[in-house]
Amino acid sequence: MINGTDRILVCCGTSCIANGALDVADAIEKELTARGLADDVCVNVVRTGCSGECEQGPVVRFMPRDLMYYRVAVRDAKAIVDSLDGAPVKKLLHKRDGQFFEHMDDNPFYALQHKVVLKDVGIIDPLSLDDYISRGGYEGLKRALSMTPDEIISEVEKSGLRGKGGAGFPTGRKWRSAAGYDEWPKYIVCNGDEGDPGAFMDGSTMEGCPHAVIEGMVIGALAIGAEEGVLYIRDEYALARDHIQHAIDDAYAAGILGDSIMGTPHKLHLSIVRGGGAFVCGESTALMASIAGRVGEPRAKYIRSVQRGLFDKPTVLNNVETLASVPTILRFGGEEYAKLGAEKSKGTKVFAMVGKVKHTGLVEVPMGTTLRTLIYDIGGGIMNDRPFKAIQTGGPSGGCIPESLLDLPVDFDTLTEYGAMMGSGGMIVMDDRSCMVEVARYYVDFLCEES
Amino acid sequence: MNDTDRASKITAIIEAYPADRRFALAAMQDMQHEFNYIPEEGLVALADYLDCSKAHLYSMATFYKALSLTPKGEHIIKICNGTACHLRGSVNLATELKRILDIEPGQTSADGEFSVEYVNCLGSCALAPVMVVDGVYHNKLKVDQISGIVESYRTDDSKDVVSND
Repeated sequence: MINGTDRILVCCGTSCIANGALDVADAIEKELTARGLADDVCVNVVRTGCSGECEQGPVVRFMPRDLMYYRVAVRDAKAIVDSLDGAPVKKLLHKRDGQFFEHMDDNPFYALQHKVVLKDVGIIDPLSLDDYISRGGYEGLKRALSMTPDEIISEVEKSGLRGKGGAGFPTGRKWRSAAGYDEWPKYIVCNGDEGDPGAFMDGSTMEGCPHAVIEGMVIGALAIGAEEGVLYIRDEYALARDHIQHAIDDAYAAGILGDSIMGTPHKLHLSIVRGGGAFVCGESTALMASIAGRVGEPRAKYIRSVQRGLFDKPTVLNNVETLASVPTILRFGGEEYAKLGAEKSKGTKVFAMVGKVKHTGLVEVPMGTTLRTLIYDIGGGIMNDRPFKAIQTGGPSGGCIPESLLDLPVDFDTLTEYGAMMGSGGMIVMDDRSCMVEVARYYVDFLCEES
Repeated sequence: MNDTDRASKITAIIEAYPADRRFALAAMQDMQHEFNYIPEEGLVALADYLDCSKAHLYSMATFYKALSLTPKGEHIIKICNGTACHLRGSVNLATELKRILDIEPGQTSADGEFSVEYVNCLGSCALAPVMVVDGVYHNKLKVDQISGIVESYRTDDSKDVVSND
């Protein structure tokens, strides 16, 4: 359990693992053992999910002292354990403009963020149901179980939550339509087929806090009356799939999933379908065709999935980030959530900011934050202080936004007015050396290949 | 692997799933994992089991990138060509692999040891450019690191051949 104990958190998201995080975790564990501290419950190594600043990984954090270390190598294990009750290891601290930052919240990369979806990512052990519960996990579900489907849907409507996969369709309205059909079985589907190149928000969420996605699905299922759900997860996301499967197994064992949700007569069975590696399967009808065992081709849009979706039955399909926002909404109320964000785009949005920006990684900010804040205040500006040229948003079918529009707020509607779109949250920063013609050719090639 | 072994493995993979068409993709992914491709007899057996046409499964096997009807190499090299990797020079990685292995992305080397593939995004954009060999990530790659990585995956026999050259 988290409360009152010291923890050493080693980020083990896909990127930090690629940077050697597992070896670092092992080295720290060995060092603790060598000093006879391993059995001391006060100090343990917790393999967390992505903490955001992927480029500076592996990232190691001490709690509750809240020391953040970056670019940690195996050889640093001794110095790190030394610093448990001593001075911080200076060379491993975050450094920006000649200043050192000891704590996560001092670091400008995090200070301007507001975490709702990612609030537990990087803090809890994603493989521990107890950790999730100790941070208020499944409180939203408990409250939902005391409500009628109509009340649950009203709460989501009040929150103003819109589909964060990019389309921005009001989630509450989608749930209400599906709940209105008197046809069974109904299905709830989680779209974890994050296919946009340059986007890894959903993958990191599934890796770092799988129970939040599952809790969102259970609440959605209660709202519409579904007893079966499917998570469709991209072929490339092996770690996300493992963590979700682990969380599903734990949720069954704890009586959160299965034939009696938390001792009530409600049922929900969840399973994972592994994607086949096709970009188009991120589209909702293609995705459902793929789950049904067909080629993933989209169908005409005049048939609505809420009426005839998976196996031609009423289906709600939500994106990972949307579902992971639901537990917070049910726990604290829709009105609380609606206090965050912009007028027509409530809450927060997670972005994967990559490319030629100094500090790359996952960023969660209130909707309506400007591109300039994202790139310069949080991201620290352009690599090597070169001139900014454009930021690409919205995936291959999105747009490239020039410097003159950097003060635009990022929400569902504003960027669309200017011919770009917010999309699912991939943001690729380009400097003066990036060739826009080449970028255009790359995206056209991509869409040709995937069409 | 002899024919009986292969047939029993195919049966085991297929019968691990209920006879419902929705498990077609999963069963074919398992075959791909086991054999590095979908053998024709596997596709036929699955069509029988699921009571669907072979053409239906064939269309799936050619549609999904994770599936292949010809054997892939023993080691799979995936070059990420997501936007971030593309901007940071993933094309140069492919050019270097072509120089070393004489194959383009999408092809398998003549000795059956390596397949090279372009993939859209591996979700490690902050570490671009990324190359994944048999599931192990190699990040922030420079072109001169590639040959060392490839050699480290060669089987001992072929290493000897290389050193004798």
